[in-house]
Amino acid sequence: MQVCIAHLYPELMNLYGDRGNVIALERRAAWRGWEVEMRRVGLGDPFDLGEADLIFLGGGEDRSQQLIFRDLLEEKAASLRRAVEQGAAVLAICGGYQLLGRHYRPAQGDEIPGLGLLDAHTEAGERRLIGDVVAESPPLGGATLVGFENHSGRTFLGEGVTPLARVRAGFGNNGEDGTEGAVWRGVVGTYLHGAVLPKNPALADYLLRRAMEHRAGRPVELSPLDDAAEERAHRALLHRPGGRR
Amino acid sequence: MRQTVAVGAGKLTRQLSRWSGRGGSTLPGRVVLALEPDFLRRMAAQVGTGSLLVTGTNGKTTTANLLAGMLRRGHRVCHNAAGANLLVGLTTAFLTECDPWGRLRAELAVLEVDEATMPRAAAELSPVGGVVTNFFRDQLDRYGELEHSVELVRRGLAHFRPGGFLALNADDPLVAGLAEGTDLRAVYFGVDDASLGTSRREHAAEARTCRCGQPLGYRRYFYAHLGHWACSECGLARPEPAISLRRLRPRAEGARLTVATPRGELEFTFPLPGLYNVYNVLGALAAAWAMGEDVPALGRDLAEYSTVFGRMERLRVRGREVRLALVKNPVGFNQVLRTLGQERGEQVLVLAINDRYADGTDVSWLWDVDFEPLAGASSRIIASGIRAADMALRLKYAGVPPQRVSVIERPITALERALAGIGAGGVVWVLPTYTALLELRADMARRGWARRFWRV
Repeated sequence: MQVCIAHLYPELMNLYGDRGNVIALERRAAWRGWEVEMRRVGLGDPFDLGEADLIFLGGGEDRSQQLIFRDLLEEKAASLRRAVEQGAAVLAICGGYQLLGRHYRPAQGDEIPGLGLLDAHTEAGERRLIGDVVAESPPLGGATLVGFENHSGRTFLGEGVTPLARVRAGFGNNGEDGTEGAVWRGVVGTYLHGAVLPKNPALADYLLRRAMEHRAGRPVELSPLDDAAEERAHRALLHRPGGRR
Repeated sequence: MRQTVAVGAGKLTRQLSRWSGRGGSTLPGRVVLALEPDFLRRMAAQVGTGSLLVTGTNGKTTTANLLAGMLRRGHRVCHNAAGANLLVGLTTAFLTECDPWGRLRAELAVLEVDEATMPRAAAELSPVGGVVTNFFRDQLDRYGELEHSVELVRRGLAHFRPGGFLALNADDPLVAGLAEGTDLRAVYFGVDDASLGTSRREHAAEARTCRCGQPLGYRRYFYAHLGHWACSECGLARPEPAISLRRLRPRAEGARLTVATPRGELEFTFPLPGLYNVYNVLGALAAAWAMGEDVPALGRDLAEYSTVFGRMERLRVRGREVRLALVKNPVGFNQVLRTLGQERGEQVLVLAINDRYADGTDVSWLWDVDFEPLAGASSRIIASGIRAADMALRLKYAGVPPQRVSVIERPITALERALAGIGAGGVVWVLPTYTALLELRADMARRGWARRFWRV
């Protein structure tokens, strides 16, 4: 079996250990005996995202996001949309998640359009939302998700997407409605860093299964892995007293 | 009156906390600030020559220690030695140097200051000069983004005395421009020995953009984003350093450094390992030169410098060699891993990761450290600290076979296990985050394994 993972802007969009997600996807595919083709796709790279089975976009600092924004909108949007329509999986974190939405409304100035892949929009907030998150994810069969969030933008979901999870501790999308992240087709957006996938193998495998099904064109069952170390790190965050010290 | 009461209470607290076996580097300061909020301002008024602040992400402690050591030649220096770099830590440092009536005995203060504390500390102390070492991503959950840290330091600079100086790392594009828009005199330091660099960037280095918005080009990378940089768009480039490393030759007992200064070349053997420590000594020399010190004489003293608490320390415990090196961000961690990877012989590693406030409450930075070279090594590894499980997980995904990794949360227990399992010629490397290091040192002191680390 072979799977192609495209890592978008690996140098400019990598905050808070986001590359751990790519490491996790690559390892978990390799442990199952799949051949992984990793594509690092930077500014101006003409790689056709329609060729990828799984596309990853991390978060970035404001300046990095400004730098990639035009490239994403003008060079990558069409092939990214095609990939999603064909059933490829996408994971976008934090700033990357915001860029997939309809628009971003800054504290001052005009709305900045996003890719519109997710029916969601983000507004600038004053206080940064920082801390550990524990959430429950119905789309993942009720699995818990743990991670660390650090964002000032508040994301609000439209009718067209499902929340990835409901927060039990932490702020999530906006600190108001209890939602965290968004899911639409194979696209998953989330504010969770950590990195999120190594500690949440349920989410990693959800994305990998979609990627494999995209490649194979039929339903795929993943073989189970020994996740003792993953579960230990997951549980450690689950049971932290109040999360913060 | 209030001053005297505050100083008395602070000194008493310090004595008590030392008797009880604690380091005593912040609690006394907290007591004084509660009783006398203007304490630092009053102290600043008494520092004859003035205060020097050392800030930046990495190397603050070592640079400040080196600089304090250099300036002690001719002055009585007030200095926060144990890395207690928030307002209470600065207060404790002054408390140590004043008599029971609140009269300051030191005429000069050399203080390492946390980036986020810079605006307050500078406002209270009106410094005459400073050193900025570098800016890396570190404990971002506290301060938001990297550029925010730069902004906090910049805000502090506005409170420096007019005509003061700033020793700046020319090789870090985020640091080099800091004197702009101030009336401070910039003294640059940097590395000119191009053979120490590469033309390739390591993972933990981020792409740097120029203030004109274009990505910066590099002729040379020394480590992370430190190097010889320039913008092809607007022409902004690394400034010419006044204090620069011309040549580094490795020696068994350290490195032989040739450093160019406005007062001629210095040559000395420097015992601290790693290029990052070379930057620290260059920064300290730049500040000492700006203070009018006799630079050639400093070169002669430097060879005698002994390691600062925890920043890479060698101890003998139960007949085994133990090396302690503080880790707090990917760049520093990579440097230590590179150093230990170059050594032959049996090794056991204790990686102790805590996530208390002073460590940074977010441990995602572990994913930006290059642990992958450990996969092919033979050393056993003990993941330790509050976030031991995260550390072990990172090692698993770095490809380290699980049978070589164990998880022991308490650092002292991990160290005991490491010592028990290593032969006579072997080395135990302990790489703890800040609070894990404090905890470990306290436990080691209780067992009589190491001198207590504070210096007063």
